[in-house]
Amino acid sequence: MNSHRFGHYAIRAYVVLFIAFMLLPLVVMGGAAFNNTRFPSIFPWFGFTTHWFEELWADGRMWGAARNTVFVAIAVVALSVPIGTAGAILLNSLQARSRSIIYGIMVAPILTPGAVIGISTLLFWYKFNVPAGLHLSVLGQVSYIAAYVMLLVLARLQSFDAGLEEAALDLGASHAQVVRRILLPHLYPAIFAGALIGFFQSAENFNVTLFTRGNSDTLTVYVGSKIRSGITPTINALAFLLIAATVMGVIIYEIRRRRADALTKAAED
Amino acid sequence: MSELIRRYGTSLTWIIIAFTAFWLLVLVLIPNFVLFEFSFKPYLPVDQLGGPKDFYSLNNYWTFFTSPIHIRIFFQTVLYSSAVTILCLLLSYPLAYFLAKVVDAKTAPSIFLLLIIPLWVSEILRSFAWFIILAYNGPLNALLQGIGLEPVRWITGFNAVIIGLIYSYLLFMLLPIYNAISSLDTNQIEASEDLGASLWRTHWRVVIPHSKPGIASGCVMVFMLCAGSVIVPSTLASPSSRWFTEIIQQWMFEGLDWNTGAAYAFLLLALCIIFVSLVMRVLNVRLVDIAK
Repeated sequence: MNSHRFGHYAIRAYVVLFIAFMLLPLVVMGGAAFNNTRFPSIFPWFGFTTHWFEELWADGRMWGAARNTVFVAIAVVALSVPIGTAGAILLNSLQARSRSIIYGIMVAPILTPGAVIGISTLLFWYKFNVPAGLHLSVLGQVSYIAAYVMLLVLARLQSFDAGLEEAALDLGASHAQVVRRILLPHLYPAIFAGALIGFFQSAENFNVTLFTRGNSDTLTVYVGSKIRSGITPTINALAFLLIAATVMGVIIYEIRRRRADALTKAAED
Repeated sequence: MSELIRRYGTSLTWIIIAFTAFWLLVLVLIPNFVLFEFSFKPYLPVDQLGGPKDFYSLNNYWTFFTSPIHIRIFFQTVLYSSAVTILCLLLSYPLAYFLAKVVDAKTAPSIFLLLIIPLWVSEILRSFAWFIILAYNGPLNALLQGIGLEPVRWITGFNAVIIGLIYSYLLFMLLPIYNAISSLDTNQIEASEDLGASLWRTHWRVVIPHSKPGIASGCVMVFMLCAGSVIVPSTLASPSSRWFTEIIQQWMFEGLDWNTGAAYAFLLLALCIIFVSLVMRVLNVRLVDIAK
């Protein structure tokens, strides 16, 4: 019994350590945004300042990069969602052998290093005299982000009752109506999740973008060049803002989840 | 195909096929063939393309196989990526099991919510955080000195790179294993315990066999992300730690020899393909299980 107890405490301590390992680096990075020293650190502490946020705010290159990041992410979502959804529907109608071959090709980009995707995209379009630029970053990112959308939609299709389509067709609905009124509404949760994941995957992409971007910046590339050329705590200020936004999102999500839990519980009682 | 036409009509079927074909041909397959083709051609100025010097050869691969430095960096990348993969597996498994089977179903989502906060902050900032922490005059050494220990030079050899890679990709191991263990019927674990199996035996014979698809998925993702990582090795590198992706970058950006760069990129791709097939063989799982 005693050793059981010990194991009980040991695993709990491990969970706490694990969470600390994941979160403390973010605290250090965010904290360094307020330290009044040129080299980002939280120790030694030179006093509180918001100077680095002002410098970040005044950095025109950062704003341009942020704008590019949003544009690229929107373009990636706009392409990945229809492509991934179409891919899932097509895959779902295939039979065993061709299905597993096509499936293999579809998920391959997820298992391919970003550098390889970036270089192959660059070379392919170079053959057609298309110069490097963010348009190629979009196409490179779509090649694997569409696969995430495809997997989500495919999972959702498993719970779809094709009999509903039959019934609608029998009752005289057109094919377009069947898709718009029956199939797509069923797929919306997966499509929405795919769009969200695609947006953030695109925003945090570095490897594909690095090789395809030409001379344009995205936020990750901007941070990367800053880290190489000369670090100042403006990067920490940027990191602090991103972390703060994430934590806010997490708190809101958690409150809503608890409230929903409480509601269902109250309904059960 | 005929089923698609029956269900969605001819025009919609064509749209579905066109989208999928654009994706698989224009974005995936042909670019990879072009990469492959490029890797066998010499690097030439534009006016000599199609000229007498423009023929296929193994020269770009020969460059790799005759460079002891590049070969060593390649195998170091393989070695340390494998080490990080195994460490991530060892670190994740107990937590995945705990979250899936021990902790009550209400707390687990909250813990996950905390754990995935770093995932929303981009990879480059995550490795930058460790750059601050591990600096010689950084907070970690200050802490060590505070409790009476000697400061450690962390960013030396591959130490910092390994720490950064583990931190960046740990969750890609945790999540699939957690999903796999969650789908195991808890009765099976209890039955095993009731029949007198020890803790190790229960895990070895019941839980681990069931979570093989998750383990395979985690290992493949973590290895691929490590071997292909550009950010972590460049942020946390010491003079003695070089990564294969850095050589690829040299060819693409500094050497401006895209053909040799293509050959090196293809070697990286081949490495990942070999690793995926090896994991599928060893753990006896299919691609469908991995990509869940």
